[in-house]
Amino acid sequence: MNFSSLEEFIAMGGHGLYVWLSYGAGLIIVVYNVVAARMKFKRALQAVRDRERRRAASSTTDASSREE
Amino acid sequence: MRLKELWHRLGSPRWFFQISGPLRWVLGGLALVLLLVGSIWGLAFAPVDYQQGNSVRIMYVHVPAAIVAQSVYMLMGAAGLVLLVWRMKMADIVLATAVPFGLTMTALALFTGAAWGKPTWGAWWVWDARTTSVLVMLFLYIGLYALRQAIPRAETAGRACAVLALVGTINIPIIKYSVDWWLTLHQGASFRLTEAPTMPPEMWAPLAINVLGVYCLFGANLLGRMRAEIIEREQGTQWVRELIAGRRSAGEPG
Amino acid sequence: MSTPGALFAGQFRRELTAALRNVQEALNPLVFLFLAITLFALGVGAEPAALERFAPGIIWVLVLLANLLALEGLFRRDFDDGTLEQMVLLGRPLFVPVLAKTAAQWCLSGLAMTLLAPLAALLLYLPMEVLGITVLSLLVGSPALTLFGAVGAALTVGLRGGGVLLALLILPLYIPILIFGAGAISLAMAGVDVSAQIYLLTAISMLAVTVAPFAVQAALRISLEQS
Repeated sequence: MNFSSLEEFIAMGGHGLYVWLSYGAGLIIVVYNVVAARMKFKRALQAVRDRERRRAASSTTDASSREE
Repeated sequence: MRLKELWHRLGSPRWFFQISGPLRWVLGGLALVLLLVGSIWGLAFAPVDYQQGNSVRIMYVHVPAAIVAQSVYMLMGAAGLVLLVWRMKMADIVLATAVPFGLTMTALALFTGAAWGKPTWGAWWVWDARTTSVLVMLFLYIGLYALRQAIPRAETAGRACAVLALVGTINIPIIKYSVDWWLTLHQGASFRLTEAPTMPPEMWAPLAINVLGVYCLFGANLLGRMRAEIIEREQGTQWVRELIAGRRSAGEPG
Repeated sequence: MSTPGALFAGQFRRELTAALRNVQEALNPLVFLFLAITLFALGVGAEPAALERFAPGIIWVLVLLANLLALEGLFRRDFDDGTLEQMVLLGRPLFVPVLAKTAAQWCLSGLAMTLLAPLAALLLYLPMEVLGITVLSLLVGSPALTLFGAVGAALTVGLRGGGVLLALLILPLYIPILIFGAGAISLAMAGVDVSAQIYLLTAISMLAVTVAPFAVQAALRISLEQS
């Protein structure tokens, strides 16, 4: 451990702003990529579900038996 | 013989979707552990640089981001070649999904480079060999992104981007070499941010861990995005419909 | 069947006569070059020392941009009137026609700018001793500009707003040519031997001649299938 106290750790010997900006930006970019991939997956699933629902709806309009 | 079989299988989105499910979690878990260990080590335990003080800790973010950004571009060049020569569907999907990660990592490398430059050189921006190369890389990524946006048909866009990525990949070494030479012309030998050979092991160990971690993160992230893209493109096929039906009956929310 | 050489010569001649029939269009990039030099002088100030110092960079940057302007129309007319589609449909390799087209284009942009470089050098107070190097660097570097640019032009030929996109795609690839070209002139002004830079520019152009036509061919086929 290079630091004796929490204040010292946050101050980073006067370079705190730059160090924490960098690590913060790194965290944001990583989280963004993870979340964006997740959202893309959910959107893709939703698109397939919508498509299926439309298909089901158009093929069973006369039977009027909706499953949902 | 086995290799050829694997090659053929890689061409099948369905097979890829099945094996990538668990693989994604393995890579994601590895990435989480490695990045946590590397970053905490770099932030709190790695030694202080005698010239740069604590600002040297920015290296543990900057260098992995810059390295992975460059590798992603090279990967896209390779995917472009595979797509143009063998017309493999999966290569097209890699090409379409790798751009956001590479672009954001390039932006991160630029930002952290600026934040490192301010305490080290006294300026947010210095035309150093590495920062300049990263800036050019950013423009290459933006070009790929813009070309894809400009072409309406996905298949055409994929192949056009393949040509561009390939030409860009051929050019990257030349660009790097020319930028290095340009620097000696205008600046002379100056203080470089990191000199790998002079780095003590307590410094390059966390760096290596973070580099490995960010590669694993890229792998997991790329697989995740590719899986989404596969579902999107194959949405009319039987196996995707069955997959969705299975997910719904199992009560899993996506 | 004609030999590749005859094919090249025929296409080259057709391209040149077609371009010369529309002289104004061919001259526009050259006019742009000198207009922009004038703007630079007005912006930087007419001080000979300042202009001389920036002259290598100004000349090379403006040559890049003027080339880019000329490239936008490289495949546009053939694309619009269907000539390109016919060429692709014939199923023959496009290597030779593409090379002939880019060669003709280079004569009207790269070569013309090389020949006019002494005039540009005069306007920017470039010392007479480096005139030879200036012309030589442009002569061996500009083929790569046209060839790399042709790849971008082929990729963006059918697209709306293709001009700005072309610049975005191609200018990053021009960086090495700019660095070695402008660097050669700057070093020559300092009295250093620049044969290494000239060789490097030649090597880049050679690489472009061997690689770019294939890329252009692939890009043209891709651009045509979407229309």
